[in-house]
Amino acid sequence: MASTIRVRATSSGETTEVQALIQHPMDSGFIKDAKGETIPPHFIQQLTFEYDGKVVFAADWGGGVSKDPYVKFAFKGGKKGDDLKVSWVDSKGKTDTTTAKIL
Amino acid sequence: MTGKNNGFALPRRVILQGVASVALLGLGKIAFGAAPAFAANDKYPDEAFKQKSSDDAIKLLYGKTAEKSDKIKLDAPEIAENGAVVPIAVSSTLSDVTAIAFLVAENPNALVAAYKIPAGTMPSVANRIKMARTSNVIVVVEAGGKLYSTSKEVKVTVGGCGG
Repeated sequence: MASTIRVRATSSGETTEVQALIQHPMDSGFIKDAKGETIPPHFIQQLTFEYDGKVVFAADWGGGVSKDPYVKFAFKGGKKGDDLKVSWVDSKGKTDTTTAKIL
Repeated sequence: MTGKNNGFALPRRVILQGVASVALLGLGKIAFGAAPAFAANDKYPDEAFKQKSSDDAIKLLYGKTAEKSDKIKLDAPEIAENGAVVPIAVSSTLSDVTAIAFLVAENPNALVAAYKIPAGTMPSVANRIKMARTSNVIVVVEAGGKLYSTSKEVKVTVGGCGG
């Protein structure tokens, strides 16, 4: 099953830099379609990154985050070959999770 | 922000950290009945994301107002050709940063994203946001229990919120 989440986590020894790209429409609920009808809101609300059983980064998102959202951050620690778990839940209750190896 | 704490305005961090957390929570419940418990760390701040004004959203999120700081570096374009995808990056030299939030004053709902920065995570975030029209982009950083902000105007040629 193809994941909606693409994540790249790179360790420099002291820190791990994380970039994530997620496939999601991120409909804000303010946009009209070609027929002039409002596209109902549908956006990721929470995104969490876990390393070694701890949350290292957590996002609360509104409909103002761009379609196919991108986020980048870095945390201290993180070893090459270790797992980084990424998961999201959206405004319709849908979720996805993936686990990436730190490079 | 002193006095007249009405439950909604109770700073979340105080609730989380305080030795008197139980007592504070109790007060909040008395004041607001079935109001959502803001102490829940991972609860989605629904109301804050529905606010039209950035000040209201910040108050709901953090229970206090922000003071200007030059220790926040906001990287945003002068002009965004496409308001649907505006790359914004923030870093800060403030110590003990616990949260970073992005707001667009002129968007239908001002609050765009709120990030929690646990201990050990760098006070630096990059993301891409939508802008309905030319607006101030406001970044709020919570550090050492205090709230700081900076802002920059980004001119938008084509808006990203339809209409």
